Amino acid sequence: MPISTLLVANRGEIAVRILRSAREMGLRTVLTVSEVDRESLAAELADAVAVVGPAPAQKSYLNAEALVAAGVEHGCDAVHPGYGFLSENAAFARRVQEAGLTWVGPSPDVIDLMGHKTRALEAAVAAGVPVLAGSNGPLEGDDDAVLALAREVGYPLVIKASAGGGGRGIRLVRAEEDLLRTVDTARSEAGASFGDPTVYLERFVERARHVEVQVLGDGQTFLHLGDRDCSLQRRSQKIVEEAPAPDLPDEVRERIRDSAVNLARLCSYTGVGTVEYLYDPVRHEAAFIEMNTRLQVEHPVTEFVTGVDLVAEQLTIASTGRTELRQEDIRFDGHSVECRINAEDPEQGFMPSPGTISRLDWPEGSEYRVDTGVRSGDVVAPYYDSLLAKLIVHAEDRETAVQRMGAALAATHVEGIRTTVPLLRRLVLDPAFAAVAHHTTWIETELLSDRARDNPSGTPSDRAPDEPGDTSGETPSEGNAP
Amino acid sequence: MAEIQSPLPGVFYRRPSPDKDPFVRDGDPVETDQVIGLIEVMKQFSEVRSDAAGTLQAFEVEDGDMVNPGDVIAVVAEG
Repeated sequence: MPISTLLVANRGEIAVRILRSAREMGLRTVLTVSEVDRESLAAELADAVAVVGPAPAQKSYLNAEALVAAGVEHGCDAVHPGYGFLSENAAFARRVQEAGLTWVGPSPDVIDLMGHKTRALEAAVAAGVPVLAGSNGPLEGDDDAVLALAREVGYPLVIKASAGGGGRGIRLVRAEEDLLRTVDTARSEAGASFGDPTVYLERFVERARHVEVQVLGDGQTFLHLGDRDCSLQRRSQKIVEEAPAPDLPDEVRERIRDSAVNLARLCSYTGVGTVEYLYDPVRHEAAFIEMNTRLQVEHPVTEFVTGVDLVAEQLTIASTGRTELRQEDIRFDGHSVECRINAEDPEQGFMPSPGTISRLDWPEGSEYRVDTGVRSGDVVAPYYDSLLAKLIVHAEDRETAVQRMGAALAATHVEGIRTTVPLLRRLVLDPAFAAVAHHTTWIETELLSDRARDNPSGTPSDRAPDEPGDTSGETPSEGNAP
Repeated sequence: MAEIQSPLPGVFYRRPSPDKDPFVRDGDPVETDQVIGLIEVMKQFSEVRSDAAGTLQAFEVEDGDMVNPGDVIAVVAEG
Protein backbone atom coordinates (compact mmCIF):
# COMPACT_ATOMS: atom_id res chain seq x y z
CA MET A 1 0.00 0.00 0.00
CA PRO A 2 1.49 3.38 -1.00
CA ILE A 3 2.68 5.37 1.98
CA SER A 4 2.14 9.11 2.18
CA THR A 5 2.24 9.72 5.95
CA LEU A 6 4.64 7.77 8.15
CA LEU A 7 4.36 7.32 11.90
CA VAL A 8 7.81 7.01 13.48
CA ALA A 9 7.27 5.10 16.73
CA ASN A 10 10.66 5.61 18.32
CA ARG A 11 12.97 8.29 19.73
CA GLY A 12 16.57 9.48 19.74
CA GLU A 13 19.06 9.01 16.95
CA ILE A 14 17.09 6.32 15.14
CA ALA A 15 13.97 8.50 14.98
CA VAL A 16 16.11 11.28 13.47
CA ARG A 17 17.61 8.79 11.01
CA ILE A 18 14.22 7.46 9.86
CA LEU A 19 12.76 10.97 9.57
CA ARG A 20 15.65 12.02 7.33
CA SER A 21 15.03 9.29 4.73
CA ALA A 22 11.26 9.65 4.97
CA ARG A 23 11.50 13.37 4.25
CA GLU A 24 13.87 12.80 1.34
CA MET A 25 11.24 10.47 -0.11
CA GLY A 26 8.65 13.22 0.23
CA LEU A 27 6.63 11.58 2.98
CA ARG A 28 4.77 13.50 5.65
CA THR A 29 6.05 12.41 9.06
CA VAL A 30 4.45 12.08 12.47
CA LEU A 31 6.62 11.28 15.49
CA THR A 32 5.35 9.71 18.69
CA VAL A 33 6.96 11.27 21.76
CA SER A 34 6.75 10.89 25.51
CA GLU A 35 6.08 14.00 27.58
CA VAL A 36 9.81 14.59 28.13
CA ASP A 37 10.66 14.26 24.44
CA ARG A 38 8.39 17.00 23.07
CA GLU A 39 11.33 19.29 22.35
CA SER A 40 13.77 16.64 21.11
CA LEU A 41 15.83 16.95 17.94
CA ALA A 42 13.61 14.33 16.33
CA ALA A 43 10.48 16.25 17.34
CA GLU A 44 11.90 19.34 15.65
CA LEU A 45 12.39 17.43 12.39
CA ALA A 46 8.98 15.74 12.25
CA ASP A 47 6.04 17.42 10.50
CA ALA A 48 3.87 16.64 13.53
CA VAL A 49 4.33 15.11 16.96
CA ALA A 50 1.89 13.00 18.94
CA VAL A 51 2.39 12.80 22.69
CA VAL A 52 1.63 9.19 23.63
CA GLY A 53 2.27 9.19 27.36
CA PRO A 54 4.49 10.14 30.27
CA ALA A 55 8.23 9.61 30.37
CA PRO A 56 8.56 5.95 31.45
CA ALA A 57 8.78 3.82 28.30
CA GLN A 58 6.13 1.39 29.56
CA LYS A 59 3.64 4.23 29.44
CA SER A 60 4.76 5.77 26.15
CA TYR A 61 7.09 4.06 23.67
CA LEU A 62 5.94 0.61 24.78
CA ASN A 63 2.27 1.58 24.94
CA ALA A 64 1.00 -0.21 21.82
CA GLU A 65 -2.55 1.06 22.23
CA ALA A 66 -1.50 4.72 22.39
CA LEU A 67 0.94 4.38 19.50
CA VAL A 68 -1.61 2.83 17.16
CA ALA A 69 -4.25 5.37 18.21
CA ALA A 70 -1.81 8.21 17.44
CA GLY A 71 -1.17 6.75 13.99
CA VAL A 72 -4.87 6.52 13.20
CA GLU A 73 -5.67 9.94 14.61
CA HIS A 74 -2.92 11.65 12.61
CA GLY A 75 -3.92 10.02 9.35
CA CYS A 76 -0.79 7.90 9.03
CA ASP A 77 -0.72 4.98 6.63
CA ALA A 78 2.39 3.23 7.93
CA VAL A 79 4.39 2.68 11.13
CA HIS A 80 8.18 2.48 11.31
CA PRO A 81 9.17 0.99 14.68
CA GLY A 82 12.94 1.66 14.51
CA TYR A 83 14.90 -0.73 16.76
CA GLY A 84 14.33 -1.68 20.38
CA PHE A 85 10.96 -0.87 22.00
CA LEU A 86 8.21 -2.70 20.04
CA SER A 87 10.18 -3.26 16.84
CA GLU A 88 10.29 -7.04 17.32
CA ASN A 89 6.91 -7.38 18.99
CA ALA A 90 4.69 -9.45 16.71
CA ALA A 91 1.55 -8.53 18.66
CA PHE A 92 2.25 -4.83 18.07
CA ALA A 93 2.88 -5.45 14.35
CA ARG A 94 -0.48 -7.26 14.15
CA ARG A 95 -2.30 -4.42 15.90
CA VAL A 96 -0.78 -1.93 13.49
CA GLN A 97 -2.02 -4.04 10.57
CA GLU A 98 -5.45 -4.58 12.12
CA ALA A 99 -5.81 -0.83 12.44
CA GLY A 100 -5.35 -0.64 8.66
CA LEU A 101 -1.79 0.68 8.74
CA THR A 102 1.23 -0.75 6.94
CA TRP A 103 3.89 -2.29 9.19
CA VAL A 104 7.39 -1.33 8.03
CA GLY A 105 9.05 -4.66 8.67
CA PRO A 106 8.62 -8.37 8.10
CA SER A 107 5.32 -10.12 8.74
CA PRO A 108 4.28 -10.71 12.35
CA ASP A 109 4.61 -14.48 11.75
CA VAL A 110 8.28 -14.07 10.81
CA ILE A 111 8.86 -11.84 13.86
CA ASP A 112 7.31 -14.58 15.99
CA LEU A 113 9.41 -17.31 14.37
CA MET A 114 12.69 -15.48 14.91
CA GLY A 115 11.74 -14.36 18.42
CA HIS A 116 11.33 -17.98 19.44
CA LYS A 117 14.96 -19.11 19.52
CA THR A 118 14.46 -22.87 19.21
CA ARG A 119 12.08 -22.42 16.27
CA ALA A 120 14.53 -19.96 14.71
CA LEU A 121 17.31 -22.51 15.17
CA GLU A 122 15.22 -25.17 13.44
CA ALA A 123 14.55 -22.77 10.55
CA ALA A 124 18.28 -21.99 10.38
CA VAL A 125 19.13 -25.69 10.16
CA ALA A 126 16.54 -26.12 7.40
CA ALA A 127 18.08 -23.21 5.48
CA GLY A 128 21.59 -24.67 5.71
CA VAL A 129 22.79 -22.02 8.17
CA PRO A 130 25.72 -23.44 10.19
CA VAL A 131 24.81 -24.02 13.83
CA LEU A 132 26.76 -25.03 16.92
CA ALA A 133 26.76 -28.59 18.22
CA GLY A 134 23.95 -28.90 20.72
CA SER A 135 20.30 -29.82 21.04
CA ASN A 136 19.48 -27.92 17.79
CA GLY A 137 15.99 -27.45 19.17
CA PRO A 138 14.32 -27.68 22.58
CA LEU A 139 16.35 -29.57 25.18
CA GLU A 140 14.26 -32.64 25.93
CA GLY A 141 14.60 -36.05 27.52
CA ASP A 142 15.46 -37.31 31.00
CA ASP A 143 18.58 -36.53 33.02
CA ASP A 144 20.56 -39.33 31.38
CA ALA A 145 19.71 -38.07 27.91
CA VAL A 146 20.74 -34.50 28.83
CA LEU A 147 24.02 -35.72 30.35
CA ALA A 148 24.73 -37.86 27.28
CA LEU A 149 24.08 -34.98 24.90
CA ALA A 150 26.31 -32.69 26.96
CA ARG A 151 29.13 -35.23 26.89
CA GLU A 152 28.83 -35.42 23.13
CA VAL A 153 28.87 -31.61 22.79
CA GLY A 154 31.64 -31.13 25.37
CA TYR A 155 32.20 -28.52 28.07
CA PRO A 156 31.98 -25.61 28.48
CA LEU A 157 28.47 -25.31 27.10
CA VAL A 158 25.58 -22.91 27.43
CA ILE A 159 21.92 -23.35 28.33
CA LYS A 160 19.78 -20.70 26.64
CA ALA A 161 16.16 -19.73 27.07
CA SER A 162 14.20 -20.24 23.87
CA ALA A 163 12.25 -17.05 24.55
CA GLY A 164 15.44 -15.14 25.41
CA GLY A 165 17.81 -13.61 22.90
CA GLY A 166 19.83 -10.43 22.83
CA GLY A 167 22.18 -11.88 25.44
CA ARG A 168 19.41 -12.59 27.96
CA GLY A 169 18.56 -15.94 29.51
CA ILE A 170 21.94 -17.58 28.94
CA ARG A 171 23.81 -19.76 31.46
CA LEU A 172 27.28 -21.12 31.20
CA VAL A 173 28.12 -24.65 32.37
CA ARG A 174 31.80 -25.49 32.76
CA ALA A 175 31.58 -28.93 34.34
CA GLU A 176 29.24 -31.91 34.35
CA GLU A 177 28.44 -31.68 38.05
CA ASP A 178 26.75 -28.31 37.44
CA LEU A 179 24.74 -29.37 34.40
CA LEU A 180 21.44 -30.73 35.71
CA ARG A 181 21.10 -28.08 38.40
CA THR A 182 21.78 -25.32 35.86
CA VAL A 183 19.25 -26.76 33.42
CA ASP A 184 16.63 -26.74 36.20
CA THR A 185 17.46 -23.17 37.20
CA ALA A 186 17.51 -22.02 33.58
CA ARG A 187 14.07 -23.58 32.98
CA SER A 188 12.50 -21.97 36.05
CA GLU A 189 14.08 -18.63 35.24
CA ALA A 190 12.98 -18.79 31.63
CA GLY A 191 9.46 -19.60 32.80
CA ALA A 192 9.44 -16.72 35.26
CA SER A 193 11.13 -14.17 32.98
CA PHE A 194 9.72 -15.03 29.58
CA GLY A 195 6.67 -17.16 30.34
CA ASP A 196 8.21 -20.12 28.48
CA PRO A 197 10.47 -22.65 30.26
CA THR A 198 11.87 -24.10 27.02
CA VAL A 199 15.67 -24.11 26.91
CA TYR A 200 18.26 -25.39 24.48
CA LEU A 201 21.86 -26.46 24.82
CA GLU A 202 24.86 -25.39 22.76
CA ARG A 203 28.64 -25.67 22.75
CA PHE A 204 30.20 -22.52 24.20
CA VAL A 205 32.83 -20.71 22.17
CA GLU A 206 35.36 -18.77 24.21
CA ARG A 207 36.87 -15.62 22.74
CA ALA A 208 34.33 -15.61 19.94
CA ARG A 209 33.80 -12.79 17.51
CA HIS A 210 30.37 -11.51 16.55
CA VAL A 211 29.76 -11.29 12.81
CA GLU A 212 26.48 -10.70 11.02
CA VAL A 213 24.96 -10.44 7.56
CA GLN A 214 22.57 -7.72 6.42
CA VAL A 215 19.78 -9.22 4.34
CA LEU A 216 16.91 -7.69 2.44
CA GLY A 217 13.88 -9.21 0.79
CA ASP A 218 10.49 -8.43 -0.72
CA GLY A 219 9.03 -11.93 -0.55
CA GLN A 220 10.33 -12.74 -4.06
CA THR A 221 13.83 -11.32 -4.30
CA PHE A 222 16.30 -11.95 -1.48
CA LEU A 223 19.81 -10.58 -1.22
CA HIS A 224 22.56 -9.65 1.19
CA LEU A 225 24.37 -6.36 1.65
CA GLY A 226 27.51 -7.88 3.06
CA ASP A 227 28.72 -8.57 6.54
CA ARG A 228 29.67 -6.64 9.66
CA ASP A 229 31.75 -7.36 12.71
CA CYS A 230 30.49 -6.19 16.10
CA SER A 231 32.95 -7.90 18.42
CA LEU A 232 33.79 -4.95 20.63
CA GLN A 233 31.14 -5.14 23.32
CA ARG A 234 30.57 -4.31 26.95
CA ARG A 235 27.87 -6.07 28.98
CA SER A 236 26.95 -8.01 25.81
CA GLN A 237 26.19 -4.70 24.13
CA LYS A 238 27.95 -3.66 20.96
CA ILE A 239 30.03 -0.51 21.10
CA VAL A 240 32.17 -0.52 17.91
CA GLU A 241 31.08 -2.05 14.61
CA GLU A 242 32.61 -2.29 11.18
CA ALA A 243 31.94 -3.45 7.64
CA PRO A 244 33.12 -5.64 6.13
CA ALA A 245 34.05 -8.11 8.89
CA PRO A 246 37.87 -8.15 8.94
CA ASP A 247 40.06 -11.23 8.87
CA LEU A 248 37.37 -13.67 7.84
CA PRO A 249 38.36 -16.57 5.52
CA ASP A 250 36.66 -16.26 2.10
CA GLU A 251 34.81 -19.54 2.49
CA VAL A 252 33.39 -18.46 5.87
CA ARG A 253 32.28 -15.10 4.46
CA GLU A 254 30.64 -16.81 1.52
CA ARG A 255 28.95 -19.39 3.74
CA ILE A 256 27.43 -16.85 6.14
CA ARG A 257 26.29 -14.56 3.31
CA ASP A 258 24.72 -17.36 1.27
CA SER A 259 23.08 -19.08 4.21
CA ALA A 260 21.68 -15.79 5.53
CA VAL A 261 20.01 -15.19 2.16
CA ASN A 262 18.69 -18.77 2.21
CA LEU A 263 17.17 -18.20 5.62
CA ALA A 264 15.50 -15.00 4.39
CA ARG A 265 14.15 -16.91 1.37
CA LEU A 266 12.94 -19.81 3.50
CA CYS A 267 10.74 -17.50 5.57
CA SER A 268 9.70 -15.24 2.63
CA TYR A 269 11.31 -12.28 4.36
CA THR A 270 10.08 -8.76 3.61
CA GLY A 271 12.16 -5.72 4.55
CA VAL A 272 15.63 -5.63 6.08
CA GLY A 273 16.95 -8.06 8.65
CA THR A 274 20.19 -9.29 10.15
CA VAL A 275 21.41 -12.83 10.61
CA GLU A 276 23.87 -12.92 13.51
CA TYR A 277 26.68 -15.43 13.81
CA LEU A 278 29.29 -16.24 16.34
CA TYR A 279 32.69 -16.75 14.75
CA ASP A 280 35.26 -19.04 16.29
CA PRO A 281 38.62 -17.65 15.15
CA VAL A 282 40.44 -20.79 16.30
CA ARG A 283 38.32 -23.30 14.40
CA HIS A 284 37.49 -20.81 11.61
CA GLU A 285 33.82 -21.67 11.97
CA ALA A 286 30.75 -19.48 12.08
CA ALA A 287 27.50 -20.53 13.75
CA PHE A 288 24.00 -19.06 13.93
CA ILE A 289 23.04 -16.93 16.95
CA GLU A 290 19.75 -15.36 15.93
CA MET A 291 18.01 -13.27 13.30
CA ASN A 292 16.94 -9.73 14.11
CA THR A 293 13.80 -8.76 12.24
CA ARG A 294 14.39 -5.01 12.16
CA LEU A 295 16.86 -2.29 11.30
CA GLN A 296 20.07 -2.57 13.36
CA VAL A 297 21.79 0.23 15.24
CA GLU A 298 24.94 -0.40 13.17
CA HIS A 299 23.23 -0.24 9.75
CA PRO A 300 25.23 2.90 8.72
CA VAL A 301 28.47 0.94 8.19
CA THR A 302 26.64 -1.18 5.60
CA GLU A 303 25.21 1.97 4.02
CA PHE A 304 28.70 3.45 3.75
CA VAL A 305 30.24 0.44 1.98
CA THR A 306 27.26 -0.32 -0.30
CA GLY A 307 25.82 3.14 -0.92
CA VAL A 308 22.32 1.74 -0.20
CA ASP A 309 19.94 3.76 2.02
CA LEU A 310 18.50 0.93 4.13
CA VAL A 311 15.69 3.02 5.62
CA ALA A 312 14.61 4.13 2.13
CA GLU A 313 14.65 0.45 1.09
CA GLN A 314 12.48 -0.48 4.06
CA LEU A 315 9.99 2.22 3.15
CA THR A 316 10.02 1.31 -0.56
CA ILE A 317 9.39 -2.38 0.19
CA ALA A 318 6.62 -1.53 2.66
CA SER A 319 5.05 0.89 0.19
CA THR A 320 5.34 -0.98 -3.11
CA GLY A 321 5.91 -4.56 -1.98
CA ARG A 322 8.98 -4.67 -4.23
CA THR A 323 12.68 -3.92 -4.16
CA GLU A 324 14.55 -2.72 -7.23
CA LEU A 325 17.82 -4.05 -5.82
CA ARG A 326 19.45 -7.19 -7.21
CA GLN A 327 22.40 -9.05 -5.75
CA GLU A 328 24.59 -8.36 -8.79
CA ASP A 329 24.07 -4.60 -8.35
CA ILE A 330 25.47 -4.59 -4.82
CA ARG A 331 29.07 -3.38 -4.83
CA PHE A 332 31.29 -3.16 -1.79
CA ASP A 333 33.56 -0.17 -1.51
CA GLY A 334 36.21 0.27 1.19
CA HIS A 335 35.77 -0.05 4.92
CA SER A 336 33.49 1.63 7.44
CA VAL A 337 33.70 1.85 11.24
CA GLU A 338 31.04 3.02 13.69
CA CYS A 339 31.46 4.02 17.35
CA ARG A 340 28.50 4.26 19.69
CA ILE A 341 28.49 7.21 22.03
CA ASN A 342 26.58 6.27 25.15
CA ALA A 343 25.81 8.27 28.26
CA GLU A 344 27.77 5.89 30.47
CA ASP A 345 30.86 6.12 32.60
CA PRO A 346 33.44 3.53 31.48
CA GLU A 347 35.44 4.32 34.64
CA GLN A 348 32.51 3.24 36.80
CA GLY A 349 31.59 -0.05 35.22
CA PHE A 350 29.52 1.67 32.49
CA MET A 351 27.20 3.24 35.02
CA PRO A 352 24.53 5.25 33.20
CA SER A 353 25.12 8.98 33.25
CA PRO A 354 21.99 11.02 32.65
CA GLY A 355 22.13 14.81 32.90
CA THR A 356 22.42 17.95 30.80
CA ILE A 357 24.80 18.12 27.84
CA SER A 358 26.64 21.40 28.33
CA ARG A 359 28.88 21.10 25.29
CA LEU A 360 28.68 18.97 22.17
CA ASP A 361 31.21 19.19 19.34
CA TRP A 362 31.23 16.83 16.38
CA PRO A 363 33.96 16.38 13.79
CA GLU A 364 33.31 18.31 10.60
CA GLY A 365 33.87 16.96 7.11
CA SER A 366 32.21 14.78 4.50
CA GLU A 367 34.33 11.77 5.51
CA TYR A 368 32.42 11.68 8.81
CA ARG A 369 28.81 10.81 9.44
CA VAL A 370 27.19 11.66 12.75
CA ASP A 371 23.82 10.09 13.59
CA THR A 372 22.74 11.91 16.72
CA GLY A 373 19.54 12.21 18.69
CA VAL A 374 20.80 15.04 20.90
CA ARG A 375 21.96 18.65 20.68
CA SER A 376 24.04 20.78 23.01
CA GLY A 377 21.86 21.83 25.95
CA ASP A 378 19.64 18.75 25.77
CA VAL A 379 18.79 16.80 28.91
CA VAL A 380 19.60 13.09 28.73
CA ALA A 381 16.72 11.50 30.63
CA PRO A 382 17.25 8.43 32.84
CA TYR A 383 14.30 6.57 31.31
CA TYR A 384 15.72 5.34 28.04
CA ASP A 385 18.65 3.60 26.43
CA SER A 386 21.98 5.34 26.95
CA LEU A 387 22.80 5.53 23.23
CA LEU A 388 23.11 9.22 22.31
CA ALA A 389 24.77 9.20 18.94
CA LYS A 390 26.91 7.25 16.51
CA LEU A 391 30.06 8.37 14.79
CA ILE A 392 30.67 6.65 11.45
CA VAL A 393 33.65 6.92 9.10
CA HIS A 394 34.51 5.47 5.73
CA ALA A 395 37.87 4.97 4.01
CA GLU A 396 39.47 2.87 1.30
CA ASP A 397 40.77 0.27 3.77
CA ARG A 398 40.46 -0.78 7.42
CA GLU A 399 43.67 0.80 8.62
CA THR A 400 42.77 4.19 7.16
CA ALA A 401 39.21 3.93 8.46
CA VAL A 402 40.45 3.19 11.98
CA GLN A 403 42.88 6.13 11.82
CA ARG A 404 40.08 8.35 10.59
CA MET A 405 37.91 7.21 13.50
CA GLY A 406 40.74 8.15 15.86
CA ALA A 407 40.73 11.65 14.37
CA ALA A 408 36.93 11.83 14.53
CA LEU A 409 36.93 10.88 18.21
CA ALA A 410 39.68 13.41 18.96
CA ALA A 411 37.40 16.11 17.53
CA THR A 412 34.35 14.90 19.47
CA HIS A 413 33.63 16.57 22.80
CA VAL A 414 30.66 15.85 25.02
CA GLU A 415 30.57 17.69 28.34
CA GLY A 416 28.15 17.76 31.25
CA ILE A 417 27.67 13.99 31.31
CA ARG A 418 30.01 11.01 31.18
CA THR A 419 30.21 9.20 27.86
CA THR A 420 31.99 6.30 26.22
CA VAL A 421 34.13 8.71 24.11
CA PRO A 422 37.34 8.36 26.22
CA LEU A 423 37.07 4.56 26.11
CA LEU A 424 36.38 4.60 22.36
CA ARG A 425 39.54 6.67 21.79
CA ARG A 426 41.48 3.98 23.60
CA LEU A 427 39.73 1.10 21.82
CA VAL A 428 40.34 2.21 18.27
CA LEU A 429 44.04 2.80 18.96
CA ASP A 430 44.56 -0.54 20.67
CA PRO A 431 46.92 -2.94 18.85
CA ALA A 432 44.55 -5.84 19.60
CA PHE A 433 41.80 -4.10 17.62
CA ALA A 434 44.22 -3.35 14.76
CA ALA A 435 45.27 -7.01 14.74
CA VAL A 436 41.65 -8.26 14.99
CA ALA A 437 42.66 -10.12 18.16
CA HIS A 438 39.64 -8.76 20.05
CA HIS A 439 36.51 -10.73 20.91
CA THR A 440 33.15 -10.11 22.55
CA THR A 441 34.39 -10.15 26.15
CA TRP A 442 37.78 -8.57 25.43
CA ILE A 443 36.89 -5.12 26.80
CA GLU A 444 35.88 -6.51 30.18
CA THR A 445 38.21 -9.48 30.52
CA GLU A 446 41.38 -7.95 29.09
CA LEU A 447 41.27 -4.22 28.44
CA LEU A 448 39.53 -3.24 31.69
CA SER A 449 40.29 -6.39 33.65
CA ASP A 450 41.71 -4.54 36.67
CA ARG A 451 38.54 -2.56 36.98
CA ALA A 452 36.26 -5.40 35.95
CA ARG A 453 37.10 -7.23 39.16
CA ASP A 454 35.84 -4.31 41.16
CA ASN A 455 32.77 -3.46 39.16
CA PRO A 456 30.46 -1.19 41.12
CA SER A 457 27.77 -0.94 38.48
CA GLY A 458 24.42 -2.45 37.75
CA THR A 459 23.80 -5.68 39.54
CA PRO A 460 22.24 -8.73 37.98
CA SER A 461 18.51 -8.77 38.04
CA ASP A 462 15.82 -10.92 36.54
CA ARG A 463 13.90 -7.86 35.52
CA ALA A 464 13.89 -7.81 31.76
CA PRO A 465 15.06 -4.57 30.19
CA ASP A 466 12.07 -2.74 28.79
CA GLU A 467 13.78 -1.91 25.57
CA PRO A 468 16.16 -4.48 24.18
CA GLY A 469 18.07 -1.95 22.14
CA ASP A 470 20.54 -3.69 19.98
CA THR A 471 22.30 -6.44 21.71
CA SER A 472 24.53 -9.32 21.08
CA GLY A 473 23.25 -12.81 21.47
CA GLU A 474 26.17 -14.50 22.97
CA THR A 475 27.77 -13.61 26.26
CA PRO A 476 26.49 -15.76 29.10
CA SER A 477 26.59 -14.75 32.70
CA GLU A 478 28.46 -17.06 35.00
CA GLY A 479 25.15 -17.83 36.57
CA ASN A 480 25.84 -21.15 38.19
CA ALA A 481 24.94 -20.13 41.70
CA PRO A 482 21.84 -21.84 43.06
CA MET B 1 16.42 6.30 62.61
CA ALA B 2 18.40 5.82 59.42
CA GLU B 3 17.34 7.25 56.10
CA ILE B 4 18.20 5.20 53.05
CA GLN B 5 18.88 7.56 50.19
CA SER B 6 18.90 6.98 46.46
CA PRO B 7 22.43 7.05 45.04
CA LEU B 8 21.11 7.49 41.49
CA PRO B 9 18.43 9.14 39.42
CA GLY B 10 15.97 6.62 38.01
CA VAL B 11 12.85 4.60 38.61
CA PHE B 12 12.53 2.82 41.95
CA TYR B 13 11.14 -0.71 42.19
CA ARG B 14 10.30 -2.65 45.32
CA ARG B 15 10.16 -6.04 43.59
CA PRO B 16 12.85 -8.09 41.81
CA SER B 17 10.41 -8.48 38.92
CA PRO B 18 6.81 -7.35 38.44
CA ASP B 19 5.27 -10.72 39.36
CA LYS B 20 7.41 -11.34 42.46
CA ASP B 21 7.03 -10.38 46.12
CA PRO B 22 8.61 -7.15 47.36
CA PHE B 23 12.18 -7.42 48.65
CA VAL B 24 10.96 -6.19 52.03
CA ARG B 25 7.68 -4.96 53.55
CA ASP B 26 6.99 -2.20 56.05
CA GLY B 27 7.68 -3.56 59.54
CA ASP B 28 10.06 -6.30 58.33
CA PRO B 29 13.47 -6.66 59.97
CA VAL B 30 16.41 -5.64 57.75
CA GLU B 31 20.13 -6.31 57.94
CA THR B 32 22.90 -3.95 56.92
CA ASP B 33 23.52 -4.39 53.17
CA GLN B 34 20.23 -6.17 52.62
CA VAL B 35 18.66 -5.37 49.24
CA ILE B 36 15.45 -3.37 49.68
CA GLY B 37 14.79 -2.33 46.10
CA LEU B 38 16.09 -1.67 42.61
CA ILE B 39 16.69 1.52 40.70
CA GLU B 40 16.42 1.43 36.95
CA VAL B 41 18.40 3.99 35.09
CA MET B 42 18.77 3.73 31.32
CA LYS B 43 17.74 0.07 31.33
CA GLN B 44 20.36 -0.88 33.92
CA PHE B 45 19.25 -2.08 37.31
CA SER B 46 21.15 -1.24 40.49
CA GLU B 47 20.34 -2.67 43.90
CA VAL B 48 19.44 -0.36 46.76
CA ARG B 49 20.82 -1.70 50.05
CA SER B 50 20.01 -0.79 53.60
CA ASP B 51 22.90 0.93 55.36
CA ALA B 52 21.48 0.11 58.78
CA ALA B 53 20.16 -2.92 60.68
CA GLY B 54 16.78 -2.76 62.40
CA THR B 55 13.16 -2.57 61.30
CA LEU B 56 12.05 -1.12 58.02
CA GLN B 57 9.65 1.52 59.22
CA ALA B 58 8.32 2.94 55.97
CA PHE B 59 9.02 3.43 52.30
CA GLU B 60 8.97 7.08 51.30
CA VAL B 61 8.56 6.39 47.58
CA GLU B 62 6.10 4.17 45.78
CA ASP B 63 6.95 1.26 43.51
CA GLY B 64 7.59 2.70 40.05
CA ASP B 65 8.24 6.26 41.23
CA MET B 66 10.98 8.49 39.87
CA VAL B 67 13.81 9.20 42.34
CA ASN B 68 16.74 11.61 42.32
CA PRO B 69 20.11 11.25 44.05
CA GLY B 70 19.71 11.98 47.75
CA ASP B 71 15.96 11.30 47.82
CA VAL B 72 14.96 9.30 50.88
CA ILE B 73 13.71 5.90 49.78
CA ALA B 74 13.00 4.32 53.15
CA VAL B 75 13.41 4.86 56.87
CA VAL B 76 14.90 2.16 59.10
CA ALA B 77 14.45 2.16 62.90
CA GLU B 78 17.82 1.00 64.13
CA GLY B 79 18.35 -1.69 66.72
